[in-house]
Amino acid sequence: MLGLGIVKGLIETARNFLGSYVDKNRLVTVQFPEERLPVAEAARNFPFLIYDGVDPEQGLRCVACQICEKECPPRCITIEKSKDKKPDFVGKSQFYPAVFDIDVSVCMSCQICVEVCPFDAIRMDNEFELSTTDRFGGLLWTKEKLARPNEHYLAIHPTEAAEVEARRAEEKAQAEAKKQQAAVTQ
Amino acid sequence: MSQVAEDIMEISMGPQHPSTHGVFRMDVRLEGERVLRLKPVFGYLHRNHEKIAENASYLAAIPYTDRLDYLCSMTNNWGYALAVEKLAGLAVPERAEYIRVIVAELTRLQNHAGMVGFLLQDMGASGTPLMYAFTQREKVLDLFEELSGARMMCNYMRFGGVRVDCSPEWLRQTAALVAAFGGFLDEFEQLLTGNEILMARTQGVGVLPQELAINAGVTGPGLRASGVNYDLRKVDRYGIYERFQFRVPLGEHGDVFDRYMMRVLEMRESVKILEQALRDIPSGPVMDPKAKVRGLRPKVGEAYARIESPKGELGFYLISDGTPNPYRYRVRPPSLINLTVLEDMCLGQNIADVVVILGSIDIVMGEVDR
Amino acid sequence: MLDGIAVDQVFVSLKHWVLGYSPAAIEPAVSILLTILPILLVFPVLFALTTVLERKGLGRIQNRYGPNRVGFFGILQPMADALKSLTKEDIVPASADRTVHFLAPLVLLAVAFLPYAVLPIGRNMIAANLDAGVLFFFAIGAISELSVFMAGWSSRNKYSLLGAMRAVAQMISYEVPLLLSSIAVIMAAGSLNTVDIVNKQAGFSGIFPHWYVLTPWGFAGFVLFMISATAETNRSPFDLPEGESEIIAGYYIEYSGFKFALFFLGEYLGMFAISGLGITLFLGGWGAPLSFLTWIPSWIWFFAKLLGLIIGFIWVRGTLPRLRMDQLMNFAWKFMLPMALVIVVSAGAWRFLPQGVTRWLISTLFLAVAYGLLARGVETRNKIAKRTYRFAE
Repeated sequence: MLGLGIVKGLIETARNFLGSYVDKNRLVTVQFPEERLPVAEAARNFPFLIYDGVDPEQGLRCVACQICEKECPPRCITIEKSKDKKPDFVGKSQFYPAVFDIDVSVCMSCQICVEVCPFDAIRMDNEFELSTTDRFGGLLWTKEKLARPNEHYLAIHPTEAAEVEARRAEEKAQAEAKKQQAAVTQ
Repeated sequence: MSQVAEDIMEISMGPQHPSTHGVFRMDVRLEGERVLRLKPVFGYLHRNHEKIAENASYLAAIPYTDRLDYLCSMTNNWGYALAVEKLAGLAVPERAEYIRVIVAELTRLQNHAGMVGFLLQDMGASGTPLMYAFTQREKVLDLFEELSGARMMCNYMRFGGVRVDCSPEWLRQTAALVAAFGGFLDEFEQLLTGNEILMARTQGVGVLPQELAINAGVTGPGLRASGVNYDLRKVDRYGIYERFQFRVPLGEHGDVFDRYMMRVLEMRESVKILEQALRDIPSGPVMDPKAKVRGLRPKVGEAYARIESPKGELGFYLISDGTPNPYRYRVRPPSLINLTVLEDMCLGQNIADVVVILGSIDIVMGEVDR
Repeated sequence: MLDGIAVDQVFVSLKHWVLGYSPAAIEPAVSILLTILPILLVFPVLFALTTVLERKGLGRIQNRYGPNRVGFFGILQPMADALKSLTKEDIVPASADRTVHFLAPLVLLAVAFLPYAVLPIGRNMIAANLDAGVLFFFAIGAISELSVFMAGWSSRNKYSLLGAMRAVAQMISYEVPLLLSSIAVIMAAGSLNTVDIVNKQAGFSGIFPHWYVLTPWGFAGFVLFMISATAETNRSPFDLPEGESEIIAGYYIEYSGFKFALFFLGEYLGMFAISGLGITLFLGGWGAPLSFLTWIPSWIWFFAKLLGLIIGFIWVRGTLPRLRMDQLMNFAWKFMLPMALVIVVSAGAWRFLPQGVTRWLISTLFLAVAYGLLARGVETRNKIAKRTYRFAE
């Protein structure tokens, strides 16, 4: 009968209209910024550098190997190696980055830098309310802006961080054991 | 206004238009309301994707493939990963294959829901079917965010598997979504499929004859709506699709209504595939142990791999010369090839139908222009 | 009971009271002013409320909130919209015909207010009790089509010209079923006077009123009237002239700022006026729907029914896609016009057959047969057919 399809459609919209007052599934708006959805653990936005301890300069894990700079698809990372070295968490002497810039307006949040870093030094943050009114440098983040303590990493990506901690603790234990062995055989 | 006297009007449905699915221009010559000639003009979104991929490593091209058909990033990644795996001879573990099928079918669900929503929006149903479709699409995107970290630009497939494993919690959530999707489709169809106005606007409009579809290289739901039984998941049997029981819907008339129904029926088939995949997924590793994360140097050679993306046949052609960068990288974009028959479908139709026909082809300008 | 009548006639009493205090010389002028001022105030406020109601209603249909930031539940949103449209730059295209471009919204507005003069909003509450009230209404209503064409032509824009021509063709085609369905009512009531038509529907048999919508021909006539009304006021699903996604905004594409708001005001006022006429002709005007509810004042019933029709308009807008131009015209001339003629015949049968089951049956039979045949015609012409699909394994 002509018109029956239209009537069925009208019934469907009426069901949604009335349902929106009683059923949460039929009113899906989350009124940002008063209400916020919980951010997924794996959510990624822009990278940050991890430092252990309290001093961002001393504890920075990055050894300026420049692998992330090479692998970054839009080439948004700029690294300059330092001239001197400092010891890392197992005691080995490593370079550190004198300059580590990420142009966040170019970064496409692809996370390849995180995947290829052999030193667990760079990870993805999930902060997204980052707009700035400074056109000329506001989105070019330097090492100071990028450095965050390890606690931050543990807070935002707990399961991933737990694995990384376990692995680093093991490596540190192995290095300690080797040092003990070397000291004993001396 | 002498043009009114002659009754022939040239209209440019310009790059800024609410219904052209991106920056796309159509120069339409009208006589009254009938279309005499239609010239599609695109290229407004050209971003040098192929050149960039030729100057970057194989790994670095994956995030760029996300942005080709930006609504279906998972299937784009899969096509490219298949091509490189063919080139480099990498094998994919079982669990990774199942995960690939699951995310690909989820992508198909959200793409088809979005397409139907946008088609109705272009027809003037002021946003209601679009909002219903997007409610479901948001759930799928939330799943993608939990799995890969990003909602749309997932960057998830790697050569030899997938980047990260999914948790049992994620599989549970996916199963819940799939179980509820059938009910959503029933409600959606009640609103739309029997609607006389929708039928009057789409039946008999924009007919694509079978001969022309095959000769022009049209693939995907548009080809199947014209009655050709060609679904790459059945023809090529790539991945592990031969393990799943699903049917391929076929249309008869090749008009807009058939193309719309293809999407709806394919959504139902995808739900079936998802149920089977979620039931049978084994445990195990998700990356080929031989594969390295970076520094892939495939042997000299060429490979062409194609998948049934929600828009059609998405193909990647790679020529490797032994260096870390491909020598030639070419994408076969389904939206562009499907778009070439737009003029043939629109000749003699009303201008109001042009937008509807364009919506039924389902194009994304990121793919057309690359 | 006295209280009920007092509340019902409160505005009439107020007017007489003020007139009592005015000097005899200017009494006619004051009387006119007091009659038209409420119309000029109430219906634009209703327009403002309707815009919020529409956006919130559409929002809830689409599983989202409507506007809810400005004032409680978004009730002050029209103020924000008014401020916005007042402060926008008034752009007139360089090659446009400036006078006509300026006059089009004004003509629309002037013509939009006139039909309210013949609508009985309550008992004894009608601005101009014309003997040919319905005729006056339709005559004035047709002038609004002129302003649409003025807007489209003066803008010197292909899109707006297309939109204007479509709009005028649509409006003229849908005048015919509109008039024919109201002719059935005029025949049954025997008068063109709106007050008479309402009074004819004022009785009750048991608890059910004598509204014309509760007869078979009245129901069909009402449906046809409302479909034509939707087409007359360019509302979805007949809003192709303002087809947002195809030719952007059609005939008012070159209007910005306050003139755009005036077009909206004119369109909505037209919607209220035609709904008001529909209520007068079919839904018993200001009469109560059930005999034990007559204590509620008459003007409240009028506005309640108006609100119901507005909700109907919003509901239909949220659900249906729009019809294409030729389908729209075919529908008017090949379905609605013959149907309206059959409704007139059916109304005649109803009027001249004695009361009882027979006249119900005969009336309904005429309508059902006509509907069946015409619906078949519509389906074959638009190739509407249920399809089944085959699957390959």
